[in-house]
Amino acid sequence: MIYFELFSTFFIIGLFTFGGGYAMLSLIQNEVVVDHQWISATEFTDIVAISQMTPGPIGINSATHIGYTVIEQMGYSPFYCFLGSLTATTAVVLPSFLVVLWICVLFHKFKNNIWVNNALQWLKPIIIGMIGAAAVILVTPENFIDWKSWLLFAASFIACLFFKANPIHLLIAGGLAGLLLW
Amino acid sequence: MTIFPYLCVMVYWNLFSCFAKIGAFTIGGGYAMIPIIEKEVVEKRKWIDTADFTDIIAISQSAPGLLAVNISIFVGYRIKGIWGSLIASIGCIIAPFLIMLLIAAVFTDFKDNEVVGRIFQGIRPVVVAVILVPMINLAKRNRLNFWKGCIAAGCLALISFAGVSPALLIALTLLGATGYTTWQLKNQSNANKPQP
Repeated sequence: MIYFELFSTFFIIGLFTFGGGYAMLSLIQNEVVVDHQWISATEFTDIVAISQMTPGPIGINSATHIGYTVIEQMGYSPFYCFLGSLTATTAVVLPSFLVVLWICVLFHKFKNNIWVNNALQWLKPIIIGMIGAAAVILVTPENFIDWKSWLLFAASFIACLFFKANPIHLLIAGGLAGLLLW
Repeated sequence: MTIFPYLCVMVYWNLFSCFAKIGAFTIGGGYAMIPIIEKEVVEKRKWIDTADFTDIIAISQSAPGLLAVNISIFVGYRIKGIWGSLIASIGCIIAPFLIMLLIAAVFTDFKDNEVVGRIFQGIRPVVVAVILVPMINLAKRNRLNFWKGCIAAGCLALISFAGVSPALLIALTLLGATGYTTWQLKNQSNANKPQP
């Protein structure tokens, strides 16, 4: 039953992801943290950090990790957790697979199509808002325990926005800073 | 003739190994993957020419899901049909899947470790910054005007403070855009009609 729920949740996440991994984070967060409460906001933050630092698309990484963690927290053995990972990852890719195959068949009809272009234009501000929400929801008392957290946030924000620092380097620097500051 | 089945298997193997390599060595996901995919698929293996590749990226971006996975499905289909797309997409996600599986399996043992706790305490605020910056860059690149900016801000507020599902917002937007396109096309065809 939990596998069915995992599957349907991640299928919906895959189906409504427009605009890549960061937009997907907002969907995952809403479904997994807010709706189903499978994991806490802090655990989600950690999973995002790990997904960023490991190879592969962030959506695949977080689906794999969350699928595992959800089953693990129910007290099942590693094999069932593996099945959870497999379920979540398959479900998140399946909608793309179906839609892209469908597009492949209609390739020339799809190019410069007015319906598609209008939909993409309309989606743009929504996607930007979604990514912003993914960041805002992670501003929790557990993630920002004191002024030092805010300092780290401000420093990495400025480094990334104005000095084009590599996010992975920033995450590693954040980890080192955490080790020294607390 | 005897070499023929061997060649068939080789095509699948090449597809799989090509995308497995792309999946395993790109950190940072999506957009970071495009130049690497282009180098492998267009320059090295010459499966697809540059013009086609540009089309594939544009269309992959308009389909739901993750860009890298969509591109792999597309390229796989071009080369070997449905089975090709299946093999290519599995190749694309196999390495991240296995790596994350390993990390997820050992992570709970480390989570309560005091040192690991401090490291993650430092990482968490950075995660928020690292998500916020692509949002700002995306807004700049799309040159949001005042109204679109308001829509983006409204969306942000609805999702994070009112708990509205982003999937619902996407669905409503798609519905709205479809309605608008219908109206637009209808107006056009009315305008093209000969006046009595």
